[in-house]
Amino acid sequence: MTAHDPEAMRRPNAPMTTYRYDEYDAAFVSERVAEFREQVRRRLSGALTEEEFRPFRLMNGLYLQLHAYMLRVAIPYGTLTARQMRRLADIAEKWDKGYGHFTTRQNLQYNWPKLVDTPDILESLADVEMHAIQTSGNCIRNVTADHFAGVAPDEIEDPRPTAEFLRQWSSLHSEFSFLPRKFKIAVTGAAHDRAAILVHDIGLRIVKNDTGEIGYQVVVGGGLGRSPFIGKVVGDFVPREDLLAFLEAILRVYNRFGRRDNKYKARVKILVHEKGIDEIRAAVEAEFAAMDRSAFAHDSEEFERIAAFFAPPPYDSLPATSASLRAAKLESPAFANFADVNVGAHKMPGYAIVTVSLKPIGGVPGDATSDQMRVLADASERFGFGELRVSHEQNIILPHVKQDDLLTLWRMLDAAGLATANAGLVSDIISCPGLDYCSLATARSIPIAQAISKRFSDMSRQRRIGKLGVKISGCINACGHHHVGAIGILGLEKKGQESYQITLGGDPTFSASIGEILGPGVTAEQVPDVVEHLVDYYLAEREEGEAFIDTWRRIGHARFKDVLRREGEDGADI
Amino acid sequence: MALISDGRFIEDAWRRLADEEALPKTGKFIVSLPRLEHAVEVLGPTATFGVIVPNTTEPSALIAALPRLDLISIAFPAFADGRGFSLARLLRRAEFKGELRASGRLVADQYPHAIGCGFDTIEIPDDLADRQDEEQWRSALNAYSMSYQRGYAGRGSILEARRKAARS
Ligand code: HEM
Ligand code: SF4
Repeated sequence: MTAHDPEAMRRPNAPMTTYRYDEYDAAFVSERVAEFREQVRRRLSGALTEEEFRPFRLMNGLYLQLHAYMLRVAIPYGTLTARQMRRLADIAEKWDKGYGHFTTRQNLQYNWPKLVDTPDILESLADVEMHAIQTSGNCIRNVTADHFAGVAPDEIEDPRPTAEFLRQWSSLHSEFSFLPRKFKIAVTGAAHDRAAILVHDIGLRIVKNDTGEIGYQVVVGGGLGRSPFIGKVVGDFVPREDLLAFLEAILRVYNRFGRRDNKYKARVKILVHEKGIDEIRAAVEAEFAAMDRSAFAHDSEEFERIAAFFAPPPYDSLPATSASLRAAKLESPAFANFADVNVGAHKMPGYAIVTVSLKPIGGVPGDATSDQMRVLADASERFGFGELRVSHEQNIILPHVKQDDLLTLWRMLDAAGLATANAGLVSDIISCPGLDYCSLATARSIPIAQAISKRFSDMSRQRRIGKLGVKISGCINACGHHHVGAIGILGLEKKGQESYQITLGGDPTFSASIGEILGPGVTAEQVPDVVEHLVDYYLAEREEGEAFIDTWRRIGHARFKDVLRREGEDGADI
Repeated sequence: MALISDGRFIEDAWRRLADEEALPKTGKFIVSLPRLEHAVEVLGPTATFGVIVPNTTEPSALIAALPRLDLISIAFPAFADGRGFSLARLLRRAEFKGELRASGRLVADQYPHAIGCGFDTIEIPDDLADRQDEEQWRSALNAYSMSYQRGYAGRGSILEARRKAARS
């Protein structure tokens, strides 16, 4: 494969279930590649200093990590075609070490690319309508969305057209590319929040008003990092035709008044916190009122143009439940476990949504090899209209699988080590790269995830425990979402030693909450013990149908704290 | 200082007045924001002058003087400080029709952003101009044929082009 592969360009995505570039999108992305190639050249020639080059390489997703550069590729709203997945696999083989890392923000990271190769990698991505634009830097980042978009039974509207609309609007925005800090937007269109919109700089929730009109509830100022906040409502119902104007108003207020004196206080969440949501809302409304909205008059047409790309694929009409699925489950208990845990309800009768876990027991959460990516691409073509999704839990979704095909699909996944039946369970851990890759890390996080996963390797025990979100970050920047883990684990450094702070009760959904600290930090070796004690206590205390977080909410943090203290007195030294 | 306009380094016809310098009778000159009110008061209607303002200036502080001003220069204290871009937009929205200038250590790659927000000219220190020659500014200006946003000058808007194509 050369960097530029015209053959790949001609092969269309079949059938169309996601956005396709037109000539303008294609020109834009290839101009971007050319610009970046030039920037790399100028950096090497000294025309650009490292300080000057930095924001531009970041806006193309290129980080300097602990051992090497890291390239973060955008997977807008988490949707991928089989063709794109294969290209990601090829790039990993050609320019990296044969694997990639799916992140919590619907991106894919390559951990070992060389600076001089990155323009070629970007060109290769552009061939399949992909890029790394604004996956980093102080700009509007890759817009994320519910990974069950378009197929979830609880959906009001597919959030992806909105996300694509925003992807275009935010790309190289002349006014908002040098913000005080990064800016993350997430969209959901469903009754359940799978996109963690309340912990984003802006969260958009598609809603319907009394007259049946679609609009957006706009939430601002959520975020994790060293000071976590739940977002607050700044607009209750913003009609679609006003969406961009309203967002521009928010961004303008943030760009002008967000703090720039201290990078830890520069996020919009701090502005909202310091000024109060009422003052921010007043400022946004004043700005919105002063804008010339005729400039936005044709947004609705553009939205409709984009929405047409996300038409449902040609589903067969099927009975709601599949007899062959029932029979297959009876025959193979292993398959039955997979079907019970990783398969979700689909809005179309006879279809299912399949979560492919990238969390094998003892594995690196979110990593996939090139071979696995190809298996996933093949599976999506055989069983799901060639479409895949990436979830913020770092898993892959096959969004349109016939129930009748589940058994064959499972066999195919199993053969590739992709059939771990743990979606949503205790070993489906979100973890940041931590000290293994990240220059900011204060502790390891991947090995902690691996140890917990191994501790709970008994899958029937995991199923008995039920839904439980364990999330791990290697420093207070919180890339691993530990604040919103039912069990959150934060790796710190105390006197040259790794020390892990445990929090309980975090929740990233519409009932969002930030976890509360359990007690003094523990050592890496103790983390699995602590998690196990907490889980055992929950199992002893839970009432019918309660998930871990429900029990914790009912009986309170203090009781969980007590348990650990008692364990400590028993000599367990926790 | 070097001045860039339309992708070329040009001679600066304007002179920045030191605060202790008396207001001249003729020529194009730029005063600092604290002297603006006084300048508007004492200078005749034919005087050609501009003002340099910090990027934190409230547009309302300039509204009264706007019709008298031929140039507004917005200071960029650091190239990554994007407040000047929003201020430029707000001044254009207030119908400022004169020359809008970005002054600071902007790098060539920011040229399209500046143009899109309504700037006409960029003023950079000489050491920066030595590293980033005219060629780099010109190629930055032409790096993109169109943009997704509706800007002020230069590049066409992709939205407009799509609409035209759909209509024809
Ligand atoms: C070299 C690698 C990385 C670096 C240097 C890095 C840096 C940071 C920093 C400094 C923050 C805090 C920003 C703030 O609060 O203002 C942050 C937050 C975050 N990062 Fe990373 N990160 C890295 C890798 C990742 C990875 C691999 C993921 C996904 C798995 C990720 C996802 C996030 C998320 C979701 C946040 C949430 C906090 C928020 O936005 O409020 N990051 N990152
Ligand atoms: S949480 Fe910290 S250690 Fe983990 S990826 Fe983010 S910055 Fe690195």
